[in-house]
Amino acid sequence: MIPELGHVALIIAFVLAIGLAVVPMWGSMRRDVAAMNMAPSLAVGVTVFVAVAFALLAVSFLQDDFSVAVVAANSNSLLPPIFKFSALWGNHEGSLLLWVLILAGWMTAVATFSRGLPLLMVSRVLSVMGMVAVGFLAFSLLTSNPFERLLPNTPLDGNDLNPLLQDPGLIIHPPLLYMGYVGLSVPFAFAIAALMGGRLDASWARWSRPWTNVAWGFLSLGIMLGSWWAYYELGWGGWWFWDPVENASFMPWLMGTALVHSLAVTEKRGVFRSWTVLLAIFAFSLSLLGTFLVRSGVLTSVHAFAADPERGLFILIFLALVVGGSLLLYALRAPSVASRVSYSGVSRESLLMINNLVFIVSTIVVLLGTLFPLIMDAFSLGKYSVGPPYFNAVFVPLMALVMPFMSVGPLSRWREDTTRRWLHELLVPGIGVLVVAIALAFLGSEGFNLWIALAVLLSGWVALGVFKDLWRRITTGAEGALKWRRLTPSFIGMAMAHLGFAAVVLGAVVVSQENQERDLRMAVGDVEALGAYRFELLSLGQQAGPNYLADQAVFEVRRDEKVIAVLVPEKRRYFASGQIMTEAAIDASLWRDLYIALGEPIGEQAWAVRLQYKPMVRWLWLGALMIGLGALVTAFDRRYRSQRSSESAIQRGVAAVAG
Amino acid sequence: MSAWVRALVSAAICCQLWLAPIVLAVVETYEFSSPELELRYHQLSQELRCPKCQNQNIADSNAPIARDLRVVLYEQLEQGATDEEILAFMVARYGEFVRYRPGVDRNTLLLWAAPGVLLILGAAGLLSHFRQRRDSTANALTEAEQAEIDRLLREPRA
Amino acid sequence: MQAKKFIPLVAFAVLAGLLFRGLSIDPTDLPAARLGQPFPDFDQPELKSGRQISVSALAERPALVNVWATWCYSCRVEHPYLLALAEQGVPIYGLNYKDEPVKAREWLSQLGDPYQLNVVDVEGSVGLDLGVYGAPETYVLDATGRIAHRHVGVLDEAVFQRDFSRWFPMVAAAVVAADLKGVQ
Repeated sequence: MIPELGHVALIIAFVLAIGLAVVPMWGSMRRDVAAMNMAPSLAVGVTVFVAVAFALLAVSFLQDDFSVAVVAANSNSLLPPIFKFSALWGNHEGSLLLWVLILAGWMTAVATFSRGLPLLMVSRVLSVMGMVAVGFLAFSLLTSNPFERLLPNTPLDGNDLNPLLQDPGLIIHPPLLYMGYVGLSVPFAFAIAALMGGRLDASWARWSRPWTNVAWGFLSLGIMLGSWWAYYELGWGGWWFWDPVENASFMPWLMGTALVHSLAVTEKRGVFRSWTVLLAIFAFSLSLLGTFLVRSGVLTSVHAFAADPERGLFILIFLALVVGGSLLLYALRAPSVASRVSYSGVSRESLLMINNLVFIVSTIVVLLGTLFPLIMDAFSLGKYSVGPPYFNAVFVPLMALVMPFMSVGPLSRWREDTTRRWLHELLVPGIGVLVVAIALAFLGSEGFNLWIALAVLLSGWVALGVFKDLWRRITTGAEGALKWRRLTPSFIGMAMAHLGFAAVVLGAVVVSQENQERDLRMAVGDVEALGAYRFELLSLGQQAGPNYLADQAVFEVRRDEKVIAVLVPEKRRYFASGQIMTEAAIDASLWRDLYIALGEPIGEQAWAVRLQYKPMVRWLWLGALMIGLGALVTAFDRRYRSQRSSESAIQRGVAAVAG
Repeated sequence: MSAWVRALVSAAICCQLWLAPIVLAVVETYEFSSPELELRYHQLSQELRCPKCQNQNIADSNAPIARDLRVVLYEQLEQGATDEEILAFMVARYGEFVRYRPGVDRNTLLLWAAPGVLLILGAAGLLSHFRQRRDSTANALTEAEQAEIDRLLREPRA
Repeated sequence: MQAKKFIPLVAFAVLAGLLFRGLSIDPTDLPAARLGQPFPDFDQPELKSGRQISVSALAERPALVNVWATWCYSCRVEHPYLLALAEQGVPIYGLNYKDEPVKAREWLSQLGDPYQLNVVDVEGSVGLDLGVYGAPETYVLDATGRIAHRHVGVLDEAVFQRDFSRWFPMVAAAVVAADLKGVQ
């Protein structure tokens, strides 16, 4: 009964979503206030019924109802309850329902926090999101019904959740990632609504900006968790593989980065309006493209969902409607007259555009690399693979290119600045950073390392810009005391994100350059050295988990004769699937991780063991965490709260521009 | 468990259960005659794609074919083969597909040239845009108008 | 309205067309790198006779070269079909890939021997030169001794009729099917 109720709830949500997609939009054309006013209630209605469907599917999972196909395929009675719950989104059908739930959640959030906005705008924004929801609900109901039953041949037990996914990381990684992915539908909907109304002004940018920042922040956090999860769960200590599925989430992030910066210019200066709208459309389009790539099977990936051309075709048609429709609207309605606001090539505007240039080129390059095998195949030009060596070779220089501008940006003035002033602000401390960079580059294991010197230089340079800006803000015009209260959430968020970016770059370069690794055969009592650390294999044993049996090896790690950690890597065999999993043991700290993974047993008493020393690898995730949290912090800026009063002022401002 | 049964199990995991990623850490204990060779081994084993797996390099894959190719790689390195020779050997047998870093040829020109070309085009576009902006300052707002807008934009803070 | 503003739409249309094409392409379907090349030379023992043979031993053409092993479950599945093909006069050479010769000989005496001869490849070196992923795989050697086609996985009636029959016009579909019943 419960799955049927869930199915009905999903159908009701679908009907309400159609209502949301049609009625307020129609109302907005006819200026029918009553119809437009229905948008928030319909949005909430969709959310409620999707949430009911989601909850009922969760109940099916928790109650081990193996008559439900997805439960039978992805759960097992021995699975710990928390993983039974997260198994819900460890598969195509369930993750799609999670996607829709999060989309509905964003709609409700927009309905709740946008009361101060003009009704015309809100109703159109919600209606556009409703259209997206219609597409995904139809996708779910027509091709991927999560409530499908296996009657009368109900299996006695389920196939179990892929052991890889039986991990706390999977409980939070997909929801966060989807928060970001789907959250980009909000700036998209604002962009479409603005194009329809022909009102692409600074107020539109101001309404859209906090949503964009928050969505982008969640996307950053989601990607960070994915990378972290891969690092400790896949067992070989890699943290980014340039796999198509990773790229699918990375492309919207890159485009989102361009959008976040372009919105800043549009909000503050009213310029690049068409451009910003286009980026908002692109960012969400790339989310949809990612969905297509992950679920259609057109690319080979280590962790794609089951390939299904029928589903692929459905998403492709949906993609064509949404993206094609939006770009057509853009072509027809985007203002062709450039705003007349002036600025020089040496200004904050131009620096932000350099950011846009680099991030858009990066997005296109990642897209091209990801699709290149498909392009070649489509034209029968052969089978190619494009992997990490290519992406690293092109992506690293692009990031290095943008970093010199990153520290100048926040310090520079809008409209007109001078390079002389930039030099005055940054030259002397910049030389200091250079000296430090060269000094630090000698600390590595093999003498001077140019890559590390460059990484420290660029990261230090970015941090320098942030601290200079900070100092200027709290001291300017102040007599004596520092004015900490002048630091707005906008500034704090930006500073965190920039520092976080610098930390990611530093961590990535240092761990790639200074990583040490040994593959060894070790028996009980063996002692092996890696750098300054000595690893002793103390004992071997077995340990039963709830749904697996693990071989364990106990290692004692010493440095300077002092025991600093006892690490217990495991090799698990899961009962239901018979799959073997490597469970690495990690001693983590800010400056280095020690990482032990078991390979295979060699004879009776020994194991093949991989020992790794990974300096500064934590900086990657701490940095990404700062980027994500920084973006979330910006949304608390006061100027986004008083949207109603700001609107009239901005309208006057725009009137002044136009007049 | 005999080696062949294990190979069979791995083959079953690799080739039949396509949907389940194979993620056993591969740990092998080769003895290299020099640290340079070991470094090249690591680099090359990460640049070569396992031909019959999902998207995995031969270093990370547990499939029998990946294991065989690692052995070949190790032996060829120890015999003094250059990187180019080893890549050519692999490509001759398994096609361009095995290279994660596609070689530069007529087909891959697009791939390798794109970043630079896009960057140059984009930079040229930006420069001409800035130039236009500077030239169009004639129709731009007067200082007074701009000040008024700035004031209005700041106003809602209150 | 400016033409420039249609650029994103056009670019997207191209991308969508590509993705549509992608839906009907199987990215895991890889053609053999050796297609069109002569079968690589080797110097290996023959399974039953034990004498050293080279590529010149694969004299009868066009022929099939079947990569098999006793540890390979799918090879057992396709074995009856190979027997039926041999019955029809298709020359089949075996490449006994990474196997134990004793077990392989046992297998052939128990299940029947469809092969003209078998190249013993304990180390997998011939397989490597050929670009073999695993077993079973079946190659077509055309009249000139070049590799004309490769099939990865179980060879059966449907696959043979679709991809192989043009080199072996003497094999009539119905006859093989009937033969196959007799074998089973």
